[in-house]
Order: sequence, then C-alpha cells, then structure tokens
Amino acid sequence: MNPTYQHPTERGYYGQFGGAFIPEMLYPNVEELRDNYLAIFADPEFQREYQQLLRDYVGRPTPLFEARRLSEKYNTRIFLKREDLCHTGAHKINNTVGQILLAKRLGKTRIIAETGAGQHGVATATVCALMGMECIVYMGEIDMERQKPNVYRMRLLGAEVRAAMSGSRTLKDATNEAIRDWISNPVDTHYIIGSVVGPHPYPDLVARLQAVISEEMRKQLLEKTGSELPDYVVACVGGGSNAAGAFYHFLEEPSVQLVAVEAAGHGIHSGHSAATSVLGKPGIIHGSRTLLMQDEDGQITEPYSLSAGLDYPGIGPLHAFLAESGRARFISIEDEPALKAVSECSRLEGIIPALETAHALAAIGQLGAGPEEVVVINLSGRGDKDLETYIKYADTIM
Amino acid sequence: MNRIKSAFQKKQKGLLNIYFTAGYPRLHDTVPLLQALATAGADLIEIGMPFSDPLADGPVIQASSTAALHNGMNMRVLFSQLQGIRESVPDTPILLMGYLNPVMQFGVENFCREAAAAGVDGVILPDLPLDDYVQEYQDVFRRHKLRPVFLITPQTAPERIRRIDELTDSFLYLVSGPGTTGGANTQAAGVQDAYFQRIEDMKLRNPRLIGFGIGDKASFQHACRYAEGAIIGSAFIRALDGVDDVPAAAQRFVQSVVA
Repeated sequence: MNPTYQHPTERGYYGQFGGAFIPEMLYPNVEELRDNYLAIFADPEFQREYQQLLRDYVGRPTPLFEARRLSEKYNTRIFLKREDLCHTGAHKINNTVGQILLAKRLGKTRIIAETGAGQHGVATATVCALMGMECIVYMGEIDMERQKPNVYRMRLLGAEVRAAMSGSRTLKDATNEAIRDWISNPVDTHYIIGSVVGPHPYPDLVARLQAVISEEMRKQLLEKTGSELPDYVVACVGGGSNAAGAFYHFLEEPSVQLVAVEAAGHGIHSGHSAATSVLGKPGIIHGSRTLLMQDEDGQITEPYSLSAGLDYPGIGPLHAFLAESGRARFISIEDEPALKAVSECSRLEGIIPALETAHALAAIGQLGAGPEEVVVINLSGRGDKDLETYIKYADTIM
Repeated sequence: MNRIKSAFQKKQKGLLNIYFTAGYPRLHDTVPLLQALATAGADLIEIGMPFSDPLADGPVIQASSTAALHNGMNMRVLFSQLQGIRESVPDTPILLMGYLNPVMQFGVENFCREAAAAGVDGVILPDLPLDDYVQEYQDVFRRHKLRPVFLITPQTAPERIRRIDELTDSFLYLVSGPGTTGGANTQAAGVQDAYFQRIEDMKLRNPRLIGFGIGDKASFQHACRYAEGAIIGSAFIRALDGVDDVPAAAQRFVQSVVA
C-alpha cells in the first residue's frame, strides 16, 4: 500500500519523515507499543470505554459554533470547533484518555509526561487521578514560571511536577527529561507523549486519538452547511497534535485547504522564533526524523514564542511531510498579532482563547477566503491559563 | 590492522575503556587527554562528540557536552585536533561516541572518511537503529574500516543480541542497568549479576565491556568478573572538574582504578 497522509509506512515514515531513532534502552518499550497499539485501538471493549469517557468525562462532542461577528469582520463564513470546552480546557485530553486506557491494557502502573503550556500535563494528571495511577510530569523551569496556574492544577490533581533545568528549560528539555525517565524505568512506566512527535508509533498513535476532532467536524458541517467538507481548516502547530486531529479526516480530501499556523515569535528571521517549517532542515529530534531548527553543526537551536505551547524546535513528522509536499499551507504569526487576536475573539465572540490558539485566529485575514467559503478554526484551548500574560501585555491587547 | 581486536587479544581480562567529552574542560584538552590516558594505561578511549540534546546521558555528561559546545567544539574542530594523533597514540583503540543528528548534518560519508583518516577505529551512535545501520550506513562504515559498537540492555531480547553480535567485529557495550550514563545502580542485589551471567552464557563472538554506573576501582573490578572489561565516563569527567593540570588528573584517575 502506498503511504498516505493518514497512514505512515510500517516503519513509521511519512515520506522521508518519521521512523524511530531511539537508544537501545528504549527499544523494548517502543516495540511493545508498536506491536500492540493498533490491535488495542481496534478492540471493541477499548472503543466502548474510550467513547464513553469522551462523552461522559471529556464532554464530547464539542460544539461547532458559527462565529457570526468574526465572519462579518472577515467577510467569510467562520466556524469555531470548541475544543476549549473539553474537560481541562483544551484538546489535549482526547489523547490522554486514550493513552491511559492503552497503558492499563499494557499492564503499566506509572505514567510520565512532558508539558509545555501545562495543558497536556493537566490532561495527563487528570486521567491519572481518574484511573488511580502514579503521575510524574516534566515541565521546563521557564514554563513553570509562565504557566503557574497549570502547575498548581497538576499538583492539586495529585501529580508530581518535576522541573526540567537543562537547555532552554522549556518544552524540548521537558521532553528530554521524560525520555530519560523512561530509559530509567523501562518496565512499569508508560510515557504519554502529548503531541504527534517522538518515535514511531507515537505520531500515528496520537493523531488517531485526536482524529475525533475532524470526525465530529464532518458531521457537524453537514448539518450546518449541507456539506461535510469546508474550504479551509486552520489550526496552530507547535508539535502539531490539535492540527493533526483537525486535519485527519480531511487529509485525503484535496478540495479542503489545510492551514497550519506556526509561531514566528519576534519575527521569522529575528533569531527569536519557532517557525520550524521555514527555519527547519531535516534532522532528528526526540526519536523522529523531521524538520528541525538546528545550526550548521546539527545542534538543536532554542526556539522562542511568547506562547509556551508553540516553542518547540521541531514539528511532528506528519506535518513535516504536509509542509514538504505542499498538502498544507504553513503561515507564521508573530507574538503581537497573536495577542491582538486574543482581544478580537474575546470581544467579538465572547470567547477568550489560549495564546496558542490565538495564532490560528490571527491567520484568518491571510487566508484569502471568499464570502461564500467555509472556514473552520480549531479553537484548541481556552485562555484562562494565559491570564497573567494577557495582563502583562494589556497595552498590546486592548 | 584492527586495533580493537588487537587490544582484546593482548589483554584478555580487565580492559579499561575511558570516555571523555571532546573539548572539555577546555577546547584544546582533547589531544593532551588522549595522550595522558593512553600513557596511564587506558586500554581503549572513547571520545564523546558533544550534542545539544544527549538523550541517553545523565547530568554529568550533559553538562560537559554543553560546556564543550560553548567552548566551540564541533566536528570540524575535532577532526582537525585528531590529525596526526596516531604518531603519539599508535596502538590504543579510539572510538567516537555521539548522536546521529550532528553526524547526519556533517554527512555520513564525510564523517567516516575524516574519522578513518584520523585513525579512529570505531563509532558508537546510540540513536542509530539497527535496521537503518544495515540499510544506509554499513557499506560506508565497512569501506572506511570503521567498526560500529551497539548497546545491549537487560531488556534486549536474546535474538536481537545475536543479531547485534553478527553486525559488528569490535565489542558489545553492555548497559549495566536501567538508566542514563552516570546513574546509580538501583537494581535489587543479584538482578544485575544474573543479567551479566545470562549474556556470558550466550557465548557470543565479540568481547563485552560493561558501562553505565561504573565509576571506581570496586565497580570496575566487579564488572570485570562478568566481562572482558568496563567503561568509565561520568566519574572520569567529574574528576576533571575545576582541575588545572588536566593530563595529570587523568593519569591519577586511571591509576586509582587499575593500580
């Protein structure tokens, strides 16, 4: 079978991107996962439990809301997929609910995770509380400072939050520490990766668990517009899990334009950016070959974005393939327009978005969408966690 | 001549392999360290090629890698430092250890050519998968007479160990237990010895060196009961911390382990 956008090859490749570049210490863990995840996902009993939790615990399906005032402003038809209404406030829990059930079936008793903005950490701590599992979350020291409320939420949920002190002390370094923990605890521990990154099978595994987003979009669009297919689907990309979920069931529909929005920080070429599709070259990060921000010696460079969920120096291998093949359009948005989009969405629609999501909202004006066209923005998370940042930058926002 | 094989023939037991990070503590300590280690009696030497995100390494090697990169170490500098090294260190096997990404960016062919020209004998890239090695790297390695070294852990399945044993002609790197480099042994008494014994009983082609968590005379001698020798990295790097006379400190460290 030809590899498609939806399905990587047996060795986990999307085009030239993907694979599993891991030290031998991780091989048995990753092999166990690779050999079992598809069968477990296909098990009716797993599906019954997963779907029930998505409905009764996460609160799915999330609404698809027609944003009339934003539509009027941009003279196109805009829908917001309300992942911010998921339990814990972001799409991240779709993945953690699925992975905790997977971990149970693999007989694991201890859960580790990395987190950037803290949303994945909270979503992991939440499902661990639900299932009575030990939970350790690695978070960059800088991120612990700028996303304090999420640190307290994780602790309240019974998780241990460990500071990653190496490198830029953000998401990349938290991921390094989580991988080192997994190397040290190879038997009882499952690593719940929060994005479509890491060694095969993680990118596919996480994409499948987030795919519920676009599955619901199709049904809701049919009901509201008479067609399952929109003209545009727009999502922000750090590692790319919400974008993978929002794109998944449209990947093989060429009439749907997929738009991935990266963080340009202070500007793409300012040296303070996280626009991996523009600045990255093929390389290896966290066990996967993908587009990677690096210097000419192959040392991984430190990304920057005001938003703690987008400052990752790589992107998931699926997204690297979407960028290289041209299947998705990549747009970069700087800190300032993202902040302005926060106030626009808040004032026009009464919805305060997460700073990550605001990057996707800020891209609407660049789509070139016509008045009759349908644009779906994946509203991946709510802005409560960013309140401190929004207060600090009130002059820019207001 | 295969220097690795010769080293194991010359001395069948108690071989000491010392790891250090190139360009640490100072950029130009690489060659004096190599010379001091060889003179002091290290049987093999592993030079770490520093990487920004060394996943398999604990805090000590992470910190030395960060410092080395800060000092200006990179692949080009390392290969220029190693030029002519075989005049002063003729017989001791030299291995390069590092991560795949810097090697990929340097170019695998370039990397192998430069390494072979400098007199390097083997290469350890923990994040290079076996299948990728066979499909994309093996020919280049063989053409330049570079031997790959692969890691084996307590969780590595027997058939995979056999396959690794077939793929190289150097030694097998036995990771002592779960954890990154420099970690303490947290296994229950007897678990580690049973693992070493299990590997010994497999009667493999290649000799074995035990690494990770070996740091002094006692742990070195214990490891040598189950293998031809052992590898010390983090403890050696710690011994260089804040030292003025780096070669003298290296000499003292080797003496403290083998004397």
